[in-house]
Amino acid sequence: MSRNLILGLCLSSLVLLAALISFVWTPYSHAALNIPAKLQTPSLQHWFGTDHFGRDMFSMIMVGARTSIAVATVAVGIGMTLGVPLGLTAAARKGSWLDEVIMRGNDMVFAFPSLVIAILITAVFGAGAINAIIAIGIFNIPVFARITRGAALSLWEREFILAARVSGKGAARISAEHILPNVANLLIVQGTIQFSLGILAEAGLSYVGLGAQPPTPSWGRMLADAQTMVSFAPHLALIPGFAIIVTVLGLNLLGDGLRDWLDPRIRVARA
Amino acid sequence: MLRYSLKRLISLILSLAVASVVIFTVIEVAPGDPATFMLGVNAQPDTLAALRAELGLDASKLQRYVDWVGGMLTGDFGTSYTYRTPVSQMIADRMWVSLPLALYALTLSTLIAFPAGIYAAARRGKPGDLAVMGATQLGIAVPNFWFAMMLVLIFAINLRWFNAGGFAGWDNGLWTGLQSLTLPAIALALPQAAILARVMRSALLDILGEDFMRTARAKGLSRRQALWRHGMRNALIPVLTIIGLQFSFLLAGSIIIEQVFYLPGLGRLVFQAISARDLIVVESVVMLLVFAVITVNFLVDLAYAAVDPRLRSRT
Amino acid sequence: MSLLQIENLSLAIHGVDILRDVSLSIDPGQIVAVTGESGSGKSMTALTVMQLQPNGAVAEGSVLLDGQELLNHPEAEMCRLRGASIGMVFQEPMTALNPVKTIGDQVMETILIHKAMPRNQARDRTQEVLTRVGLPVDRLPLSRYPHELSGGQRQRVVIAMAIALRPKLLIADEPTTALDVTTQAQILDLLKGLVTEYGMGLLMITHDLAVVSEMADQIVVMRRGEVVEADATADLLRNMQHPYTRMLFEASGHHVILPEVPQTYPLLEVANVVRDYRLPRKRLFDAPGQHRAVDQVSFTLNKGERLGLVGESGCGKSTLTRAILGLEEIQQGEILLDGQPVFSSHKPNLDVRRRMQVVFQDPFGSFNPRHRVARLITEPFHLLNTPPTGSDRQDRVAEILKAVGLRADDATKYIHEFSGGQRQRIAIARALIIRPELILFDEAVSALDVSVRAQILDLLAELCAAYDLTYLFISHDLSVVRTITDRVLVMQAGQIVEQGETEHVFGDPQHSYTRALIAAAPQLPEIGKGAA
Repeated sequence: MSRNLILGLCLSSLVLLAALISFVWTPYSHAALNIPAKLQTPSLQHWFGTDHFGRDMFSMIMVGARTSIAVATVAVGIGMTLGVPLGLTAAARKGSWLDEVIMRGNDMVFAFPSLVIAILITAVFGAGAINAIIAIGIFNIPVFARITRGAALSLWEREFILAARVSGKGAARISAEHILPNVANLLIVQGTIQFSLGILAEAGLSYVGLGAQPPTPSWGRMLADAQTMVSFAPHLALIPGFAIIVTVLGLNLLGDGLRDWLDPRIRVARA
Repeated sequence: MLRYSLKRLISLILSLAVASVVIFTVIEVAPGDPATFMLGVNAQPDTLAALRAELGLDASKLQRYVDWVGGMLTGDFGTSYTYRTPVSQMIADRMWVSLPLALYALTLSTLIAFPAGIYAAARRGKPGDLAVMGATQLGIAVPNFWFAMMLVLIFAINLRWFNAGGFAGWDNGLWTGLQSLTLPAIALALPQAAILARVMRSALLDILGEDFMRTARAKGLSRRQALWRHGMRNALIPVLTIIGLQFSFLLAGSIIIEQVFYLPGLGRLVFQAISARDLIVVESVVMLLVFAVITVNFLVDLAYAAVDPRLRSRT
Repeated sequence: MSLLQIENLSLAIHGVDILRDVSLSIDPGQIVAVTGESGSGKSMTALTVMQLQPNGAVAEGSVLLDGQELLNHPEAEMCRLRGASIGMVFQEPMTALNPVKTIGDQVMETILIHKAMPRNQARDRTQEVLTRVGLPVDRLPLSRYPHELSGGQRQRVVIAMAIALRPKLLIADEPTTALDVTTQAQILDLLKGLVTEYGMGLLMITHDLAVVSEMADQIVVMRRGEVVEADATADLLRNMQHPYTRMLFEASGHHVILPEVPQTYPLLEVANVVRDYRLPRKRLFDAPGQHRAVDQVSFTLNKGERLGLVGESGCGKSTLTRAILGLEEIQQGEILLDGQPVFSSHKPNLDVRRRMQVVFQDPFGSFNPRHRVARLITEPFHLLNTPPTGSDRQDRVAEILKAVGLRADDATKYIHEFSGGQRQRIAIARALIIRPELILFDEAVSALDVSVRAQILDLLAELCAAYDLTYLFISHDLSVVRTITDRVLVMQAGQIVEQGETEHVFGDPQHSYTRALIAAAPQLPEIGKGAA
């Protein structure tokens, strides 16, 4: 195991652990207002200090991790469960109208950045964490479809697929039995990368008010709240920022490490 | 080449057509009646009807779609529900903030990423490479709007080199305008530059392993000459793809960054429109953003053909 | 003094010995061929002369070019020598040229990089040298890109780049391995002509002993990084000293004896088969073009017969193979196995499919790397209505692995644990396990080293006797087809131009194309009798 993998694993599990523990324990209630204790800098009582309402930042970061992870998990889940079958289908029917429709559809979705999707959804249905999930999830579909199709296409050229066809196996069976297991590594690595992008996107969306709404704590909202106070209470902005950086860095290192560990030839798409 | 460009152009027009249908349909699904929203629930039925007629809301859905698209083609984006002013005018003002910001950031990102990626690839495995890769690893992880806040904190609040926000406008000269966009552009560009530098590096490293690079060396080219004369143009092919994708991220990013710097761009406009349920503004801004993304990707397709002769002759 | 003098050259890459005490020398106007199987270090020897060995390589000994030591020569000096004093031609013409630069620019670069002459003269020299290698500028302008050229033409461009400055030494690393046999003959002629005309020394790396015997003045045989034998060609052929050399030559011309074909009935009947591919439209509103890959092909394969199918790349033999296997539908004609169509109502006919199997060329690509051998070779059981299960299945696996010369406990291993030859045995096991009536061998021994190829051919002959095999053996390699088949079809541009008893067709070819093929194929001299 490489250094990347170990460091990435440590950072990612740290964040995951914080999110899980927050269900049963946080130092303070993340929602409890305590105006007299507002805007404290980090101390032994409040490890990450307090915000303008005197809420404990450490507790808010822990609960915020929950939001980030939940949004990113579901968004990657949406992308994978829809994108991978689409990619497999397109590859199995390469050159057919079905392939053409799937790929043109992909291009179409790529023309809508997740922020734009979020804007549309919010304009129509109002704001909420669900919007962020759907917007990021929709954007993940073509990412997974494209990368699955690309990898599957080169596999379809291989002779072991021809051998399977000679053994009477159909496209669906070959996709499940031979193609999917051989693209699994790639999907795991890409999934990690998309997860980190999901965390970043969720933070951006909540920052502009298109994501999680109060009282649900989220790192992006914490940053939006901090903006006007950054000159006299910089820790309000620094701490959620570091939380995002640590999480995303950890996931990226984990992805790179997994790639080197599973198969160094894997190419991930990062954009 | 002509045939290829023509094909891409047709595909561009088709994409725009589909995008407009999608956007129109989603906005149509929105619950509530804009006229009621504008006049309040206690409005008189005949006033409502009159407003509906004025806004063209009483026509059939198909008719309204055709009107909308036809209007956009002639530069008429309709009338804002809340401000009662032409949407095209509102957009035109804001566009000259958001679009230059995205392009400025794209330029910066490319200017930073190319040298960094080439430097790292040429020194693969050496300290210089490791330093660049470490920096980019960090750069990818930094949210651009948070980075923007930090830039404001350091360069505007503490050092006072720049204004903390606001836009000086283009009327006072190009430089003044660019100056107020510089911090936002840096905030947008650096994280994207980190990605692009990594892509550039790995594209170059891939090319270094190609047979034709060995051929070039056998002709008497040094490592460096082979990299510049034969590696570069081939490495541009994957890099162009990412540049095309990045534009859409930068455009989306600029909408977010505008909030940090209080820039009067499309982002401010669209967020105000959302809270005012001014759907016609949302609809037009979204269409404009999608139009920009699709057009940039069309330009990237053309750039591909300029770089790769195989595309020019095929199909 | 020799032009190139390699003495006691040893090379280690990251501590692993690649070359040990290699010595050889080349005089001006002389062709020296270095030959051996994969892993013999022959290509690495060539790269070391160019000083282009991979990172982490440490070389000892001496490589003298015109008396000048090249080992550890400063890199800037080497750049001056490469292209000017030493030219090199590589194996893969498809990838050896930069796809985004014109061929003119790439050839001219050799001249310009060495500042040998001003640009306008360089342009004239480029035209001259391209004409010399058989690509006259009036037919192939300098502005063409590599993808617009055939493989043979690209190899000519690579040669033109290598000889543009008339180097004293030309190194050719498997220059014809990727080419068809008729193209190979032309390229070999070209190289020979250049050597005589320019008085160059040619260091030729090749695994093909027939090519070696026809081309070389001197032969150097290598194995596992060492020279086992080196001598003038005529002497070496007359009197081989080393058993490995003898084994190589014997394996290259390996003959097997097939059992007699019993009197039988037609098993596979192919009648007037046509397979068209759609081509992209040339103009936007034109009808799409058609490429006829297989054109009115008819033949019959009898039960128990071994039929060969030879032809060059692009002749349609792979398309025909796919059509017979029922992987692709044909446009006209019919393909019947024992009277039943392989494709019925646009679907592959399962009844027919379970009576056919195939062995492919690539011993590395024909297996799913994530499955164990038992699962790999039982994949055809999918075709059976009642596949064997439990111990019955295990017995079948064990039996078939033994039949192809492997062990029963190999069933639990993964494919990466086997060598190329063993993988090809596993591929044969997979084809045999459902006891098909017909097996297609699609270039099944083409990727193997000669010694391994000989073993696989022996195995086939054994299996013919044990299992009454009927097969169609598709190959571009005439010598293999000659020994492993009873009858042969010669295919050119989608058509069967000649068919008949193998010995008859090879001994007395009727069609001009067959004659050209046989004439172009380098002949292995009869060992012990000296070269021609």
